[in-house]
Amino acid sequence: MKFARLVWANLKRKKVRTLLTLASIFVAFVLYGYLAAIRTALSAGVDVAGADRLVVRHKVSIIQLLPASYEADIEKVEGVADATYSTWFGGIYQEPRNFFPQMVVNPEEYLAMYPEFVLPKEQKDEWLRTRTGAVVGRTTANRFGWKAGDKIPIQATFWSHGGGNKIWEFDLVGIYDGAKDGVDTTQFLFRFDYFDEARDNVRGWVGWYIVKVEDPAHADAVARAIDETFANSPAETKAETEGAFVRAFAEQIGNIGAIMQAILSAVFFTILLVAGNTMAQSVRERTGELAVLKAVGFTDGQVLSLVLAEALGIAALGGFAGLALSYFLISLGDPTGGNLPLFFFPTRDVIVGAAIVVFLGFATGFFPALQAGRLRIADALRRLA
Amino acid sequence: MSDANGTLVRVEKVSKTFKRGAEEIHVLDGLDLSLQKGEFLALMGPSGSGKSTLLNIIGGLDSPTAGAVSVDGERIDRLSGRKLAAWRARHIGLVFQFYNLLPVLSAERNVELPLLLTRLSGGQRKKHVATALAVVGLSHREKHYPRELSGGEQQRVGIARGIVTDPTLLLCDEPTGDLDRKSGDEVLDLLGALNREHGKTIIMVTHDPHAAARASRKLYLDKGRLSQEPIA
Repeated sequence: MKFARLVWANLKRKKVRTLLTLASIFVAFVLYGYLAAIRTALSAGVDVAGADRLVVRHKVSIIQLLPASYEADIEKVEGVADATYSTWFGGIYQEPRNFFPQMVVNPEEYLAMYPEFVLPKEQKDEWLRTRTGAVVGRTTANRFGWKAGDKIPIQATFWSHGGGNKIWEFDLVGIYDGAKDGVDTTQFLFRFDYFDEARDNVRGWVGWYIVKVEDPAHADAVARAIDETFANSPAETKAETEGAFVRAFAEQIGNIGAIMQAILSAVFFTILLVAGNTMAQSVRERTGELAVLKAVGFTDGQVLSLVLAEALGIAALGGFAGLALSYFLISLGDPTGGNLPLFFFPTRDVIVGAAIVVFLGFATGFFPALQAGRLRIADALRRLA
Repeated sequence: MSDANGTLVRVEKVSKTFKRGAEEIHVLDGLDLSLQKGEFLALMGPSGSGKSTLLNIIGGLDSPTAGAVSVDGERIDRLSGRKLAAWRARHIGLVFQFYNLLPVLSAERNVELPLLLTRLSGGQRKKHVATALAVVGLSHREKHYPRELSGGEQQRVGIARGIVTDPTLLLCDEPTGDLDRKSGDEVLDLLGALNREHGKTIIMVTHDPHAAARASRKLYLDKGRLSQEPIA
């Protein structure tokens, strides 16, 4: 502790240089926090995907529809515990930037399939009684200030009813919460029976099926059996685990993890050079002072530790401040206004960030510290004279 | 502790050779020197004669190529780097020509530096620092940074740092070399007082006969050898 003042005094030696180095580390860790949150937001579904659930879609593409009659056939496949369907509605609330997912579902089957969606019983009963009823996740409800009893008009981009009318009006009957962190609470769910009867075209078709298997260990075999059931039919299927489905969906814009890793690697490598150069320069500039410390009795190890402590100090000040600010800003919520509903800084990434801070300190300080530790007093003093 | 004859520093057959490429430069050549406890020795000689090298060897800042160096009965040429550092902290006070204060620390923090290596508490360190600054007459400048002090004041802070641990031996390398005559005299007065009133044993390297005149003994070093008189 008595050496801390010495370390601190040295950090203040060249204030502008130290501040610029701190700023570069700080910005790098703010960026790290945001990229971690974005990656999590884009792949969050993978983490919360049910291990016992399959998604069955059209073999060609997710946007190709499947017959509603497949449900009964799927439920007959050995190993299938339950099946339900869902359809992407893709409507607009007020204006296009107010994006949130809208799904057409069978209420009872869907809630049974997704026990992580927690809806109070009276609200569920109300939904079952109300054909135009809809429920929405807490995040979206809070975003627009909705409450049960509201009428929600949504303009369809594709589905029309009543001979070309694209405005659909729903009665909001409930708000669901997530049973655990990471559950998507942005969805707007409404009834398939109302939708199918009202829409102008392709009645009796659904977007995809969600299938619960009896034993997750046999999920692949069940998926193959489902695909075989519909092989050579006009609408062949592709069944896969929900995790694989969500991952493939997320990776439509590329391998997000690899992209993030590449960006962060470049950023941290640059920071390593910047901070390392700062430390090396700082040690070169005060060769004489370090020699004096040794002359008055500081050991090689103590001088090495002092320089290393400075490097760790810079990394810690900039890095932890960056992590703290990004944590705070991320906790304020999705900066895109709804495109990244599961936007948070995962604890695992915070811990990894803290480990990177420490590593950065050691990596930037190691060689200058070694150089300082090996400094020969007489040679250094001779250079000063 | 000095030996039975009161000898504090004993340098025996010490040689020092530097290598510059393939060339070998013999700076010290089988040199012998004894210093009694309480002596104030002025070491004179032309530039490059090896005065500072000898001072560094006696202070454990450099090691001899051959020969033996004992200070206070301890063979310091046999000590490992770590033990030598601890020995320096305990026994040696250093005063440099260019003061070598840390510019980021105030006068009191500069003086405190050697005490950071002791087990003294913060309060005890503060007392020692205050005493050392009082001895050099700079109590009123304790919060000042080196850039706020004159050359003479900086050198007095350097002396306070050198004596704060009450070392066995005070080694001064051209302590007045960067000062005007008035400031130089003040520093020499101070060193004289430390020697006479506090019993400090001092070795001072100097070019200046005026400074050397303050010492109780003068030795001349040239071509690696010591003599009582200047070498023609």
